[in-house]
Amino acid sequence: MASAAPKILLDGVSKEFGGNVVLDGVNLAVEAGESLAIIGQSGSGKSVTLKCILGLLQPDHGSIKVDGEEVVGLHGAALDRMRAKFGMLFQGSALFDSLPIWRNVTFGLTQGRRTDVTRMKAIAEENLERVGLDRRVLNLRPSELSGGMQKRVALARAIAPRPEIIFFDEPTTGLDPIRADVINDLIVSLVEDLGVTALTITHDMASARKIAHRVAMLYEGKIVWIGPRDRLYDSGNPYVDQFVQGRAEGPIQ
Amino acid sequence: MPASKPAPALLAPFAAIGRLVIGMFAAVGRVALFALRTIGRALLPPYYPGRFLEQLAHIGWFSLPVVGLTAIFTGAALAQQIYTAGSRFSATSTVPAVVVIGMVRELGPVLVGLMVAGRVSSAMAAEIGTMRVTEQLDALTTLRTDSYRYLMAPRLFAAVVALPLMVLAANAIGIFGGWLLAVQKLHFNSANYLTVTRQYMSVDDFKMAMVKAGVFGFFIALMGCYHGYRTSGGAAGVGNATRNAVVSAFVLILSSNFLITAMVFG
Repeated sequence: MASAAPKILLDGVSKEFGGNVVLDGVNLAVEAGESLAIIGQSGSGKSVTLKCILGLLQPDHGSIKVDGEEVVGLHGAALDRMRAKFGMLFQGSALFDSLPIWRNVTFGLTQGRRTDVTRMKAIAEENLERVGLDRRVLNLRPSELSGGMQKRVALARAIAPRPEIIFFDEPTTGLDPIRADVINDLIVSLVEDLGVTALTITHDMASARKIAHRVAMLYEGKIVWIGPRDRLYDSGNPYVDQFVQGRAEGPIQ
Repeated sequence: MPASKPAPALLAPFAAIGRLVIGMFAAVGRVALFALRTIGRALLPPYYPGRFLEQLAHIGWFSLPVVGLTAIFTGAALAQQIYTAGSRFSATSTVPAVVVIGMVRELGPVLVGLMVAGRVSSAMAAEIGTMRVTEQLDALTTLRTDSYRYLMAPRLFAAVVALPLMVLAANAIGIFGGWLLAVQKLHFNSANYLTVTRQYMSVDDFKMAMVKAGVFGFFIALMGCYHGYRTSGGAAGVGNATRNAVVSAFVLILSSNFLITAMVFG
């Protein structure tokens, strides 16, 4: 594993918005098959990091490599080819309100075209089963589902094209502890069963410890600590200690 | 880059005007680039004929009741006004001629444009704006779907096709409204009224109405899509986008109507 290039490599990635520095030279390597969680305060640049890797935002400086290939500055077909490696679970699920569930789940395969309806419904059903939903939801609209069910459908949509890498943006936000744990279990089993590389951003320490092999902490645009999940409460890093214990006093203001 | 020195107080009003003008040019440039990008991307596959037909129904078919009601009342009111004004100098016979010319050249295209802008531009801006603030547009991108092809192009082309058809319908309904009032209330002879209407119905006027309608359709969809796409700031941002879409579509419809009329009759 040590000899292969990291699946995702960020080297000195910086990004600012109107003079506000959000990422300030982020260095991060995620190995193939690894599940890494990034923790940090709101506004610390976690979502911007994911958006830079996906090419939704262009970093001002630095390099981002996926499977050893530089992705900063990619566009057109090359960017599309790179994006085909990714699945993404958005914080608010980001399901398409105007489409039924089965078309949401298979959107990554059809790119919104209405083709091969029978096969697509079968694929949607199979992926919904993986996240614990059955065929009864196939023809419903997202607004007819609860928040937890919407998250599951979004998970099914993220895994349907069988991506190599999945990003989870605050997967348990807005869910009660029981539903949050169900989502965590689903993520763990999906990552293990499908053998994907996972990058999760979260505030939820229980989620980070359950989902991730390693945890990184982002503070003021820099990675200030990275280590195995078992060391999260024993990191010896004052920023991590303050954050995981939820203390108001400490180096984080 | 060194910060520019603040302008002396005497020049402040000119600086403000300059900023406004530069801002306006920048906005026009952004809208033009948005339109060019939408048209350019629409020429390349994948195509979305289903989305186009869906939008054609939304913009055209479902707007027909409100457009029809507007046209019939406007045609009838126009006939009544011309009759009232014409009766002062024995010119009541001009009612059918003025109704047909007024509806086809001006009122049909402009009223349809304004009604559809109110109904459709706002809906487009609200829908696309909501997709922006709920990350659905980002989700489209991560699912390798070009939002210009999937969302903007079908709306733009459907509006350009739908508006001329609706203006045709509105003209017919408006002329019918004028005829109905003239015959039922003002006691015109039906056959004579229709003969005069036919005499003043010009193919060139219809062509101009179709051109106007196509232009209005383009602006209606462009403003809805553009303001929706640029939405930021949650629910308040969606509200602003909706309002800006309708106001800018109204202004573009009225100003382009004047320019086309001035070019043809000027």
